[in-house]
Amino acid sequence: MKQLDLRRFPGFFAITLACVFVLYAPLMVVAVYSFNESTSITRWGGFSLSWYADVFTGPESPKFQRAALNSLIIAVLAGSGATLIATSAAVAMHRAGRFKAKTASFALINLPLMVPEVVTAVASLIFFTAIGFSGGIGTILLAHLAFCIPFAYLPIAARMQSISDSYEQAAMDLYATPKEAFRLILLPLMMPGIFSGFLLAFIISLDDFLITNFVKGAGVETLPTAIFGAVKQGIKPNIMAISTLMLGVSVVFVTLSWLIGRSGQKTQ
Amino acid sequence: MAAMAPGGASNSEIYKGNAGKLLLPTWLVIGFFLLIPVALMAIYSFLTKEFRGGVIWEFSLTAYDQFFLNRGLFGDEPPSIEWTYIGIFWRSIWQAGLATVLCLLIGFPTAWFIATRAPRDRTIWLLIVTVPYWVNLLIRTVSMKFLIRDEGPLNALLLSTGIIDAPLGLINTNLAVQLGLFYSYLPFMVLPVYAAVERYDFALSEAAADLYASRWTILRLVILPVVKPGIIAGCILVFVPSLGAFLAPDLLGGAKSFMIGSLIEEQFKGAAGNWPFGAAAAMILMTIVMIVLLVYARSQTREAKA
Repeated sequence: MKQLDLRRFPGFFAITLACVFVLYAPLMVVAVYSFNESTSITRWGGFSLSWYADVFTGPESPKFQRAALNSLIIAVLAGSGATLIATSAAVAMHRAGRFKAKTASFALINLPLMVPEVVTAVASLIFFTAIGFSGGIGTILLAHLAFCIPFAYLPIAARMQSISDSYEQAAMDLYATPKEAFRLILLPLMMPGIFSGFLLAFIISLDDFLITNFVKGAGVETLPTAIFGAVKQGIKPNIMAISTLMLGVSVVFVTLSWLIGRSGQKTQ
Repeated sequence: MAAMAPGGASNSEIYKGNAGKLLLPTWLVIGFFLLIPVALMAIYSFLTKEFRGGVIWEFSLTAYDQFFLNRGLFGDEPPSIEWTYIGIFWRSIWQAGLATVLCLLIGFPTAWFIATRAPRDRTIWLLIVTVPYWVNLLIRTVSMKFLIRDEGPLNALLLSTGIIDAPLGLINTNLAVQLGLFYSYLPFMVLPVYAAVERYDFALSEAAADLYASRWTILRLVILPVVKPGIIAGCILVFVPSLGAFLAPDLLGGAKSFMIGSLIEEQFKGAAGNWPFGAAAAMILMTIVMIVLLVYARSQTREAKA
C-alpha cells in the first residue's frame, strides 16, 4: 500500500501561493505605478522618477513633509515612552513575586488591545475636550502613549519569560546591589526584547489613523491623516510615490526587527 | 493577542515589594488616557446633545432611545423598533463574520503549509506572510482600492485579455469591504493557527491512518478538533477589529456597506454631530466586543480545567 504523506493536503500549497499573491499584488501594483511617467494614473507612460521628485519638491511637498515630521516625532516619543513604561511593568510582573492586583495589572496592560480602536478614539476625544486640551501633537502623543504600551510589553515580557533570575542571584551573592544587578545583568539580557518592543510600538504609532484623526484638532496632520485627506480627493500619483516610500521603510523595519530577534535567540 | 500570562519564570522575588513603584507609570498612563476616558464616554452617552458637537450636562436617555426606538418624525407616535442602527450593527457583524470565514478558509491551509515546512523555511514563510501587515493599514487599503477600481489595473488586465467585457464593478460593494478586511487582518488568523499546528502531534494522524481513515477524514475528525483553540483565537483576532473597522468600509465600500465605525465617526467628525448618540453607539459596540471576549475567556478556563 502506498504510504500516505499525512503532512500534505492537496491544494494547500496552491492556496498559500494565492494568499501570498493577494497580499502582495496591491502593494506591488502601486509601487510599479509610482514610477509611471503619465499623469493619468491608469495608463502606463514609461518609467520616470518625477513623482518622487514631486514628493520632495512639488507644491504639496511642504504639507507632506510637515506631516511626516509630526508622525516621526510622535512615533519616536510615544514608542520610547511606551517602551520605558512596559519595561518597568515587565520587571514588576516577572521579578516582584506575587502581589496584590497582579491580575488586574495584567488586564490593564492588555486593555488597549481589547477595546476597539474606534471606541478608544471616541473616548480620547471626549476626554481631551472635557479637560480642555485642544487637539494637537500633545493630545496625539498622549493617546498613542497609552495604546502603544501593550505592543511594547509583548516582546519584552516574552523575553523575560526565558531569563532565569540565577544570574542576578549570583551577582547579588557577590555583593551587587539590586540596582546594580538590574543595570549590569538583567537590562542587557532584556535588551533584544526591549528593542523589538520599541520597534513594534514605533510602527504601531506610525500606522495609526483612526485615533489620530479624532484627537488631532484642526490644522495638525500626521502622515496617515494627510494621506487620507488627499485620497478623499482621488488617488494621485504622488500618493503612490509616498506609499511606496512608506512601504520601503516598513520592510526595512521588519527585516531589522527580525534580524535582531534572531540574534537575540542565538545569545540565549 | 498571545500575551504572556503571569506565571512560569515570573515568580522570582528579587524586586519583591517594588511592584507598586514599577507599575505606577502603567496605571497612571492607561488609567488616565484610556480607563477614565472610557468611563467619561459612558457618562456622555447619557447626556443631552449640544448642536454642532459637544454636550449639555443634563441626564437624558435620548441617545439610546434614538438608537433603538422610532417615535415618528415629530416624536409623538407610539414607539416601534427603529431598524436603521440595529441594521447597521447587524450588517457590520455579518461583514466581519464573512471576512473571518474568508480569513479562515485561506489562512488555515496557509498556516498548515507553513507549519509543515522544515524549521528553517518556516521563519522565511512566516516573514513573507507577515511583512504586508507591517505596511501602514491606510496604504494597504488605498492600494486595494487602486487595484480593484473600475478604471484600475485589475479591470484593465481582465478587459484587455477579453476575460470580461465590462468592469467587474467590485468597488463600493460589500465584497470589496470583505476583501479589504481580509487583507487587513489575515496575519491575525495565520499566526495563532500556525502556533497550534506547529505543536500538533503527527502520531495522531498516523494512528487514524492505520485505522483506514482517509486524508480528509483525518483533517475533519482528528486535526481540526486538536487545533481548534488556535482557530478560535484566530477568528476572534480577525472578527473583533473587523467589527469596528473604519478604513476598509470607508474607502472600499459604498453607501450600502456603511458600518459601525463610520456611523460613530460621523457623529463626531461629520455633519451629524451628535456626541451622546456617538458615545452610545460606541458603548454598544464595546459591549458586544466585551461579550465575545468574555465568552472566549470562559471557554478557555473551562478547557484548561478539563
